Amino acid sequence: MTVYLLALVLFCVGIYGVLRKRNLIKIILGIIIAEHAVLLFFILVGYRLNGRAPILSPDAPITQMVDPLPQALVLTAIVIGLATTALLIALAMRLYGKYGTYDIAKIRELRG
Amino acid sequence: MVELYILLFLMIIGSLVALEVKDLLSSVAALGAVGLGLCLTFLIRKAPDVALTHLVVEILSVIILIRATLKKGLPAVPTGGWVFPSAIGLGFGIVLVLVAIQCFPELPVFGEPKLRVAQYYLDHGLQQTGAANLVASVILDFRAFDTLGEVTVLFTAAMGVLAVVRTVGRKSGAMRGEDR
Amino acid sequence: MSKEQGPGMSIIVKTVTRLTVWLILLYGIYIVVHGHLSPGGGFAGGVIIALSFIHLMLAYGKEMALKKLSEGLLGVWESTGGLVFLVIALLGLTAGYFFKNFLPAGEPFHLVSAGTIPLSYIAISVKVWAGLFAIFVALVLLRVDTEQK
Repeated sequence: MTVYLLALVLFCVGIYGVLRKRNLIKIILGIIIAEHAVLLFFILVGYRLNGRAPILSPDAPITQMVDPLPQALVLTAIVIGLATTALLIALAMRLYGKYGTYDIAKIRELRG
Repeated sequence: MVELYILLFLMIIGSLVALEVKDLLSSVAALGAVGLGLCLTFLIRKAPDVALTHLVVEILSVIILIRATLKKGLPAVPTGGWVFPSAIGLGFGIVLVLVAIQCFPELPVFGEPKLRVAQYYLDHGLQQTGAANLVASVILDFRAFDTLGEVTVLFTAAMGVLAVVRTVGRKSGAMRGEDR
Repeated sequence: MSKEQGPGMSIIVKTVTRLTVWLILLYGIYIVVHGHLSPGGGFAGGVIIALSFIHLMLAYGKEMALKKLSEGLLGVWESTGGLVFLVIALLGLTAGYFFKNFLPAGEPFHLVSAGTIPLSYIAISVKVWAGLFAIFVALVLLRVDTEQK
């Protein structure tokens, strides 16, 4: 159970970064960290003790494999996370070009 | 099991460093360390497909992040009171952890997953699809709709980045309404 | 004394890049084609091929890399990859249901086996690498626009 708790703590660290930071890049880092925590939790749920990787080979018998379904979901989620990061960074760079700073408090004041 | 705990502590400490350090380039480097710890966790939990994909995707996202933070961004100094917002943040975190602890007995014990759906994929995967990589047979034969959705999301993200970046069709350097 | 430096990095980096770019490209293609036999697949292989192009662009400067591959051509590659993936799915529709694996399964552990899975992986890898390289080119060219103000 403690491994699930540690994954939850990592998620809370990411959410703390989104809520409490004033620098736009730190907010984006918080989103990325929260996403890593979710992927970690998925793989930890699907692990079987003394299991093998879900890849067959010609000389090993089919026994005791870990769950392949969370791995398929995580594979999709990793690439989608990259797409989200790229789009966030493009928006952040656009904001920097217009306002000259990454500070969200100043951006809120300089509206226009 | 010990190495799993060591890697998880490394990831938590690395993420705290990434959020607290004042220099932006150092925080991106700490994020790279978090990603490397995650990749090693995937490897020791017997998921080589996921580890390979995550490693190369992490490299690419660190390159993109460095592109945004190089030579930019002096960090901000927080002004005003910090007691009340920190208390709210901490209270939110504690409530989240307490609620989640109530749900933990519902999860399977770590190490014994209930393979209700995946047992069929493990037993019949080789003879129905002929692929030796069972994860590949899951994402391209049994659950191919999710892959179609992911291809669509990647396409939309590429179009979104191109739409944000381009300035053809606007006056150079000026947003609308500046020269009124 | 300072030398006149052209676009890109120093000459050591350029020479090493000329040797390693092909190795990275070959490794990426290997991972894509053997996606149904060993870990990897279309997504990891596509990202590796995109990384080899980004390696070329970082070492030689953006004009040199864009001479080989303009932005319009990247759009064509990306759309082609997505369309081929959809066509494979629709061809499965003619044989039964949507996304049905209509090619024969073949013998396991051979390169030509598992029906449409290797073909789908090749289409996905083309789409992933063209999309990611287009994103990177767009983010690099953004600097030229914002710092000219």
